[in-house]
Amino acid sequence: MSTQTTDEDSEATGQSDSEAPASSPGERRRAEKRERQTEKARQAAETESDEETVLLKVFRYDPEVEGKREPRFDDFHVPFYKGMTVLDALIYARDTYDSSLTFRHSCRQAICGSDALFINGRQRLGCKTQLSDLDEPVRIEPLPHQDVVKDLVVDMEHFYDQMESVEPYFDPDELPSDDMAEQRQSRENREKIKMSTRCIWCGACMSSCNIAAGDNQYLGPAAINKAYRFAMDEREGDERKEKRMEIMEQEHGVWRCQTQFSCTEVCPKDIPLTEHIQELKREAVKSNLKFW
Amino acid sequence: MYEHDVLVVGAGGAGLRAAIAAHEEGADVAMVTKLHPVRSHTGAAEGGINAALHPEDSWELHAYDTMKGSDYLGDAPAIDTFAQDAPEEVIQLEHWGMPFSREDDGKVSQRPFGGLSHPRTTYAGAETGHHLLHTMYEQVVKRGIEVYDEWYVLDLAVTDEDDPSERECHGVVAYDIQTGEIEGFKGRKGTILATGGPGQVFDHTTNAVANTGDGPAMAYRAGVPLEDMEMIQFHPTTLPSTGVLISEGVRGEGGILYNAEKERLMFEHGYANNDGELASRDVVSRAELTEINAGRGIEDEYVHLDMRHLGEERIIDRLENILHLAEDFEGVDGLDEPMPVKPGQHYAMGGIEVDENGESCISGLYAAGECACVSLHGANRLGGNALPELLVFGARAGTDAAGADIGAPEIETGYEAKSEDGDLDSPVELGAVGGTDVAADGGAVTGAASTVEAAVERARERVDSLMDGDGVNHAEVRADIQETMTENVNVFRNEDGLKQALRDIRGAREHYQDVSVHDPSRTYNTDLIQTIETRNIIDLAEAITAGALAREEFRGAHWRQEYQYRDDENWIKHTMLAWNDGDPELYYKPVILEGAEKTYEPKERSY
Ligand SMILES: Cc1cc2nc3c(=O)[nH]c(=O)nc-3n(C[C@H](O)[C@H](O)[C@H](O)COP(=O)(O)OP(=O)(O)OC[C@H]3O[C@@H](n4cnc5c(N)ncnc54)[C@H](O)[C@@H]3O)c2cc1C
Ligand code: SF4
Ligand code: FES
Repeated sequence: MSTQTTDEDSEATGQSDSEAPASSPGERRRAEKRERQTEKARQAAETESDEETVLLKVFRYDPEVEGKREPRFDDFHVPFYKGMTVLDALIYARDTYDSSLTFRHSCRQAICGSDALFINGRQRLGCKTQLSDLDEPVRIEPLPHQDVVKDLVVDMEHFYDQMESVEPYFDPDELPSDDMAEQRQSRENREKIKMSTRCIWCGACMSSCNIAAGDNQYLGPAAINKAYRFAMDEREGDERKEKRMEIMEQEHGVWRCQTQFSCTEVCPKDIPLTEHIQELKREAVKSNLKFW
Repeated sequence: MYEHDVLVVGAGGAGLRAAIAAHEEGADVAMVTKLHPVRSHTGAAEGGINAALHPEDSWELHAYDTMKGSDYLGDAPAIDTFAQDAPEEVIQLEHWGMPFSREDDGKVSQRPFGGLSHPRTTYAGAETGHHLLHTMYEQVVKRGIEVYDEWYVLDLAVTDEDDPSERECHGVVAYDIQTGEIEGFKGRKGTILATGGPGQVFDHTTNAVANTGDGPAMAYRAGVPLEDMEMIQFHPTTLPSTGVLISEGVRGEGGILYNAEKERLMFEHGYANNDGELASRDVVSRAELTEINAGRGIEDEYVHLDMRHLGEERIIDRLENILHLAEDFEGVDGLDEPMPVKPGQHYAMGGIEVDENGESCISGLYAAGECACVSLHGANRLGGNALPELLVFGARAGTDAAGADIGAPEIETGYEAKSEDGDLDSPVELGAVGGTDVAADGGAVTGAASTVEAAVERARERVDSLMDGDGVNHAEVRADIQETMTENVNVFRNEDGLKQALRDIRGAREHYQDVSVHDPSRTYNTDLIQTIETRNIIDLAEAITAGALAREEFRGAHWRQEYQYRDDENWIKHTMLAWNDGDPELYYKPVILEGAEKTYEPKERSY
């Protein structure tokens, strides 16, 4: 139906054969591509068992819309191609079947941290998860332990608050007196903080953590990792580090962690979160011993 | 209505830097951004940041390289300012804690990069942009700068004098994505657009889904000319299903490009008999597409980039991140099979016309970063020059908008700068359907608050009318634009194709008259946001294509089948397109080659 409208429009604007041969290779390819796509969508709709399609079961909820106030799961059959990710499948379902299907996404390359989802029972980035690695049907839900705003979108405010509560900014005791001189940092020290600087604020770790689920004030693995990133940076200096350790040792800080490793397992950036938390615990013990 | 001294639209590298600079001048700053800052696409940059830090390097050399890379379409005052300020900006980042890669002596490392006469690219592993973005966001948090995140800016609040240069910008109208509330934001001193690249105009791009060119489209419709829009950089090795970039590193290490017939295309088809796979980005992109168009592509779509012969050890040692990219985003194991690649849109050299202080011809309206055109990159951007650009000109825009005196600009903007009328042989009408689309109506709107209120009113009506009805899905219109752009306005351009694209865009524009939003919800309505973005995509697609049809030469990234040479006699000038209240006007303005120290002489761009 839509294709027809476009055709009419371009005729109306006076397309002449000499300028655009109707069968230019480009046009042919486009027409064929369209045909292929329609064919795929048709097949997808018709045959559930077709091996070229994948069945998604997607969580739906909208507090405002009649029929969506009660959470439910919708089925989408999506044509499969090699290399297709969960995010690609969601985009296909939205653009082809239901434009109100709502999820965050932007970079498509595991760097913006927008699309952490609960896929087949595990926190993963939609864009970094190949459909071919999953069992069917593929069940897609919003991140657990967070308030659902709509469909797959969760409220990230609490996560951001925790991140920002650890004074997550570089704050050195002193800077070189020469404005154009850089601070020195050894390669070893850079290597030490490297993994911790890779966090993309996706929230997967926090969502997987039992402790965070039970204690809303627990800083959580990502915020602690952020603090680690600065506490271990030799450029900041001892005074600042001590202040950072105080934040880590508070009631809802590092000591809450029970070393269950769930955060480390789900982190899409492979940050050794549990190790970082453990190391901060050891640091805390060390600095307390100093005063005894 | 919200009120601040300085509003920054967008919170990628450019927006963050501008906000910090304005805050340092004592201004009350707010950022309004459709994505949370750390989600911005600056985070995707891998390669690095150019700055002349070594004592044996100099800003003059960096400026020279940049001018040469621009194929003499960059403006010397912009290039000189850029090269002079880049070093202190990089050191500033270091002082803010950016985890740069280091030398043995603990200093910031610098490596060689294409088109640079000295190794001056600073970097932080293969995640330079990620660290730049997070480091600056941390500083924004430290300063307590207000961020309205997940607020989508719908329009600018600009007065409606006939001559755009007499108009003033008083702020923006934005839509709270989470709640559906539409509100005015008054910017007492200035409004800075930092909305990033327009990659979504093409169906295959390294840009993010959010990179829809909203800033240039809004500024254009408000009366600011768009400059050199035809200058689009394509990258030859992107993954076919997503557009994710596979860096030059693979070819640098010896990766080979094969067509479907397993021929080493760069040599066997004579595209670059000396440099082979290492030829420049545009040469390799055109070679790949020639093969695909000749039926020698794989699945009619891509070619193969093979690195298996390098051996597992070397691949894992030097190119490990590439293995992850191919596996995660294409489902291909680069140790086992060749990786599919094809050219993809990568960067827009053109954009909102501004001067070295970031200001446009509309007073109070600024732009910085990829959405702006100072013009620094001219016809071709050197790798590693976009990040320092957003630092240098983001900072200048922020400082100037806050009211500090950073000197009068040399670059002229607006119609005053026009040197020549343009004449576009378009097969269809351009611009608004029905002929006019005035930036601000009502005639008598004066004063800041009422300008903002009038803009809010218009935006509310527009949203209501989009939400009402049962029209076509914007995704169809967007797909038509993306297809024709990728088909006709990519690395190969010729008159027939460009005219076809203008026809298709016109068709899409008319089709867009019938779109509506199917999701009835006011809560997190991405259907609505994307429908509005699609309108912006239409305006930019048309501007890019119009510029490409106008420029009858081959310069930098802009290749024309009919004109296989750079024509310095006639074409050392900027292509300008003014919206002209819905009836776009093409004109030209001179390129400034007289720099602070010397006048740049156009030379052949060979490396
Ligand atoms: C894959 C890749 C690799 C690259 N590598 C390099 C490199 O190594 N070196 C280099 O120098 N350059 C590189 N570049 C180019 C460079 O990264 C970009 O040009 C630059 O980061 C753009 O920054 P920006 O701040 O202008 O825009 P972005 O970072 O894209 O930010 C845009 C902001 O605008 C906001 N926004 C947009 N529209 C609206 C709206 N309507 N309302 C509210 N907010 C809005 C978004 O939320 C976002 O915060 C690369 C680019 C890509 C794509
Ligand atoms: S630590 Fe890992 S899982 Fe947690 S927010 Fe950062 S990137 Fe996501
Ligand atoms: S879309 Fe950006 S992380 Fe997945």
